[in-house]
Amino acid sequence: PSLSAGDTSVLAGLYGPAEAKLSKELPDRAALEVLLRPKVGLPGVLERSREQQLRQTCEAVVLGVLHPRTAVTLVLQVLSDAGSLLSCCLNAACMGLLDAGLPLSSLFCGVTCALGPDDAIALDPTARQEQEARAVLTFAIDSSERKVLMATTKGSCSVEEMQQCLVTAQRAADTIFQFYRDSLHRRYSKS
Amino acid sequence: YLVPNVELPSLCSERFRSGPPGEEAQAASQFIADVIENSQMIVKEDLCITNGKLAWVLYCDIICLDYDGNLLDASVFALLAALKNVQLPSVIINEETGLSEVNLKQKTPLAVRKHPVATSFAIFDDTLLIVDPTAEEEDFATGTVTIVTDEEGRLCSVHKPGGSPLTGAKLQDCITRAITRHKEVKKLIDKVIKSIMPK
Repeated sequence: PSLSAGDTSVLAGLYGPAEAKLSKELPDRAALEVLLRPKVGLPGVLERSREQQLRQTCEAVVLGVLHPRTAVTLVLQVLSDAGSLLSCCLNAACMGLLDAGLPLSSLFCGVTCALGPDDAIALDPTARQEQEARAVLTFAIDSSERKVLMATTKGSCSVEEMQQCLVTAQRAADTIFQFYRDSLHRRYSKS
Repeated sequence: YLVPNVELPSLCSERFRSGPPGEEAQAASQFIADVIENSQMIVKEDLCITNGKLAWVLYCDIICLDYDGNLLDASVFALLAALKNVQLPSVIINEETGLSEVNLKQKTPLAVRKHPVATSFAIFDDTLLIVDPTAEEEDFATGTVTIVTDEEGRLCSVHKPGGSPLTGAKLQDCITRAITRHKEVKKLIDKVIKSIMPK
């Protein structure tokens, strides 16, 4: 499914659980692989680092032990990038997992906060807000207890600011989970 | 420019094969680049020789010799120590020919503004937190957190690539420990640098 937040748009395709290659298969759980393709150019070091973060976030929620020796592949294609790309990818990944019907222990959502020069916290910043910001923090919050699954920061900030952003992100997570519920409800009530 | 590159050659551990850098090496390189930029350790203007014409490019190759877990912490220390040791020769642009002349005799040390220190924790199913995990502990861990702090107690980077969920309070606990550890490590680094300074 394709997820767009503002002008940022990411397409997620999920394949699995399918048969895994011998070199990649794990004996007790499903092997998760994430491929992130940027809009232009070949995937570079930044994409690899994002893939690793996404993969470990998904591994924490996907119940891999139910499907041992299989491979689950998640392909994310960036359609357009206008800020908060990582959280858009996270949300797209979660919706992809939901859509494919993989067993999950909890849902997760991505929220980006930008700390502007005047100490204002902006949620889901645009590319310009991100550039002007002192620090940009991205969190993946899980749905069961609003705990932090993944955290990445760009730029430096004080500890109190980080805690404030975290609290704001947790509150915003509620809105996003409501959105998941609504879109799934729409999708399954038609058929 | 500052271009960090983390290499995990096969000599450091049996889990790495030779060939193009794997995901872990690339993610580590990206992390180091982020830390350098976030902490403003080296301001790019310091590397400039003449505005708009010439600038130094520093290629930092961080090669792992022995892998026993906690790669990110060790790479950050190594980078910090190496940068403090860097001496840049002075460059004069010859007006007539337009070429640069490097004077190797006259060297100035590089100005390292901030001293970021990374602290890594291994998480076990939301109950245990182990600081500075070894390779075995990392393998069994359900998640890792790396926190980079600088001298003023500001957070340069919080890196938590997935893994089991952490409450905000636990994260705060990690951060306080990271700040304490920063002070100890900074003392150690200063001692070492002083001891190898040429007299």
